[in-house]
Amino acid sequence: MPSLQPPSAAASPPPLFSMRDVGKRFPNGTLALQGMSLECGDHEFISFLGPSGCGKSTALRLIAGLTRVSEGALEWPERPAPADGQRELGFVFQEPTLMPWAKVFDNVWLPLKLAGVKRDAAAPVIRQVLEMVGLSRFADVYPRELSGGMKMRVSIARALVTQPRLLLMDEPFAALDEMTRIKLNNDLLAIWREHRFSVVFVTHSVYESVYLSSRIVVMAARPGRVVETFGIEEPYPRGEEFRTSSRYNQHCMAVQRSLHGALGGQDIDH
Amino acid sequence: MSKPHLDAHQRKAQRREAVMRVAVPAVIILAILVGWEMMVRVNEIPHYIIPAPSLIWRTLLDNWATLWPALWFTVKLTLLALLAAVVGGVLLAIAFALFRWVEIGFFPIAVVLQVTPIIAIAPLILIYVSNTTAALLLCAWIVAFFPILSNTVIGLKSADSNLRDLFQLYKATPWQRFRHLLVPSALPYFMAGLKIAGGLALIGAVVAEFTAGTAGRETGLASRILESSFRTEIPMMFAALFLVSALGVVIFLVFAVLSKMVLGHWHESEMRREQ
Repeated sequence: MPSLQPPSAAASPPPLFSMRDVGKRFPNGTLALQGMSLECGDHEFISFLGPSGCGKSTALRLIAGLTRVSEGALEWPERPAPADGQRELGFVFQEPTLMPWAKVFDNVWLPLKLAGVKRDAAAPVIRQVLEMVGLSRFADVYPRELSGGMKMRVSIARALVTQPRLLLMDEPFAALDEMTRIKLNNDLLAIWREHRFSVVFVTHSVYESVYLSSRIVVMAARPGRVVETFGIEEPYPRGEEFRTSSRYNQHCMAVQRSLHGALGGQDIDH
Repeated sequence: MSKPHLDAHQRKAQRREAVMRVAVPAVIILAILVGWEMMVRVNEIPHYIIPAPSLIWRTLLDNWATLWPALWFTVKLTLLALLAAVVGGVLLAIAFALFRWVEIGFFPIAVVLQVTPIIAIAPLILIYVSNTTAALLLCAWIVAFFPILSNTVIGLKSADSNLRDLFQLYKATPWQRFRHLLVPSALPYFMAGLKIAGGLALIGAVVAEFTAGTAGRETGLASRILESSFRTEIPMMFAALFLVSALGVVIFLVFAVLSKMVLGHWHESEMRREQ
């Protein structure tokens, strides 16, 4: 029966990945995540928003394959295999996580080097991603010579160098000052719009998630679970206008209410 | 951004700081030597009690023909022991870091070797190992290898956990992980161990030779010290002692420079804070 159907362009493409009732229990018995279901399509920007201990980082690590699903199913539908040196995933940690002994250029080269791409062959794409994050002039500098925001840009460049279809970001801007964070938010959106990958972004900031996302997954702790999902159907590009608009505020308030409901009025540290 | 911009004033202050760093200790050492010389001359202390620095220096030059081979022998012994300590310490550290049960099984033995004073084991080693040079080498090796082993083990385990995740995410092979993550992470720890081991190898070589006495075909500085003590040639004892200290200082400086060359461009321990 399926063979009779023509491969029509109208059929929606399969999701990048889908989670069905996914749960994670650590060996010590802690239930970090329970019953999470989610589908991520092409060119989405999804935020996981919630207090500490809500399992948002665990969910991200599950998607990345850094830890194993203990309940439910996490599936990656068949897709054409990525070309040489390309990987399905990019990952940005909360800390820049750069190798202090390697220059910026070599830090960005790492994912390609591990895939067997020689330095010279990798150079054009490394230059290109450094350009994207605005660090062309800093290729030959050691990480210690960079500011916190610039280190994070290197980390993003490294995640993008394999041209991933999905970029996973674990509170990447949490440790940065407000001005740097806004600048990086804008630059990230611009790169995302141009290169059309999908992003799953973990944050504990309501404002950041509303500003960036096309979808927000609000989560609660003990046990970690999804409370509510919001679509932020606002056009991109988003800029200062959006950030100061009443629609932005309405979204923030709605998400905030959901988040507070999830906390159950308890006085828990975020 | 890439290089700190210094104005002329700052540069001058930096240069003065660099000169003072050498000048201040030099002046203090010179003052001690002059004070020593004066004390001996003014009080007419006999040279068989405390020789003056000038006499020690003259003794050193006069006896260079016997001191030089002794120095060379001690240098060889120290460097060979250190080389063996580096090879053994690093290989064992890799085995410890890669295989948990090897570490659990062998670490106590390494500790026993470390905590037992070398001077207490040396006589046994000298009995069991018939070749004196080989016995001396073994003693110096036992002392020198532990800091390299323990530091390298800690270093290999100290790789940043996020970087480990990153290597896992990009499907690094075990060899890639070892070569590109574990080895660079361990390097600062290894260098610190090497600095300690350099000094300890010399101590081990000298202590072992003291225990061995003046036996053996070739003998080192410790034998010169022993011989001159039997003959109460105090200036000669000081001259040989001076060479032992000088050798220790040179070993220390060589490894300090090496560490700076290897780590200076990235590791905190070898970087000057820019203020």
